[in-house]
Amino acid sequence: MAPVAPRSGDAIFASVDRVNAELFTLTYGAIVRQLLTDLEEVEEVNKQLDQMGYNIGIRLVDEFLAKSNVSSCVDFKETAEVIAKVGFKMFLGVTASVTNWDADGTCCSIVLEDNPLVDFVELPDNCQGLYYCNILSGVIRGALEMVSMKTEITWARDMLRGDDAFELQVKLIKQVPEEYPYKDDE
Amino acid sequence: MIGVGKAKQYSNVLDKPLSKGKQEVSLSAFAFLFSELVQYNQTQVDNIAELERRLEDAGYSVGARVLELLCHRDKGNRRDTRLLGILSFVHTTVWKVLFGKAADSLEKGTEHEDEYMISEKELLVNRFISIPKDMGTFNCGAFVAGIVRGVLDSAGFPAVVTAHFVPIEGQQRPRTTILIKFAEES
Repeated sequence: MAPVAPRSGDAIFASVDRVNAELFTLTYGAIVRQLLTDLEEVEEVNKQLDQMGYNIGIRLVDEFLAKSNVSSCVDFKETAEVIAKVGFKMFLGVTASVTNWDADGTCCSIVLEDNPLVDFVELPDNCQGLYYCNILSGVIRGALEMVSMKTEITWARDMLRGDDAFELQVKLIKQVPEEYPYKDDE
Repeated sequence: MIGVGKAKQYSNVLDKPLSKGKQEVSLSAFAFLFSELVQYNQTQVDNIAELERRLEDAGYSVGARVLELLCHRDKGNRRDTRLLGILSFVHTTVWKVLFGKAADSLEKGTEHEDEYMISEKELLVNRFISIPKDMGTFNCGAFVAGIVRGVLDSAGFPAVVTAHFVPIEGQQRPRTTILIKFAEES
């Protein structure tokens, strides 16, 4: 079968079923509030959001691969670009940019200026330690783990904490070589 | 002043212009998020009734905000004060904003004067959900019931709102009916 051309994030987003972003935003808000009530500690909420994101990421990558026709990226640089340009676009309808590469190409920043999770949101004083969008870092971590990349993701900038953009620092820890559980000729 | 204190880029969420509500995210992004909401709440409860109550609570907080948002943006800070007015507001305006279409039907209960039903052949939140046998009558529509209760309650029409599956003849999947029972006037 001839290889299929990868599709752009815009093209995929235009072709999938969509819902109003406000329903998404408010539902996410409801989740965060529920977690804050249940877990009380802001740190615990950060952890739980990350875990939820991870759960989503490991499932979402299937849909991503199925719809985007993206083939294996040659290096981590390409991976980051694909996440920013195709991944964010096809699920959240926004594009991110990739900057701040370190010298050996294993650490970069994904910068989001538009973020549908945070409409209407303001952090009250007692939640200043909250990474409100921590679910996003979990999603990326989970999805990358499914394509054999262990990453560590931290927030470098957060608009809810007064920065001018959302910046996720993605650090590639190690690339696990793909192992097939079966032999090709079987 | 509210929201000022820490040095923030834009000092107050209220200074930002209100979005027009035309932004969209992919349906799968919402479905993933909703699935996490349900799964998380499953870990917090012992029985189905409690699970439905927690989903309803999450929905309630969405509904209360939706009412405020829509009245402010679409209705020039007015809201309906008559029963039928607010019901058709829920059935048409709220449904269109949240789910992209008006609900399939709005009916008055035949047995009780104070009961109304909003029915939907394929409720958005139930689209990718199948209920395991051992969970009996559990319906994720409890979240939407919560949204409806949040809207009604905040508009001054307290009600008990529940979600039920109703089998349709010749169809494999049942429709979801949101049953609204208004509280007695106090």
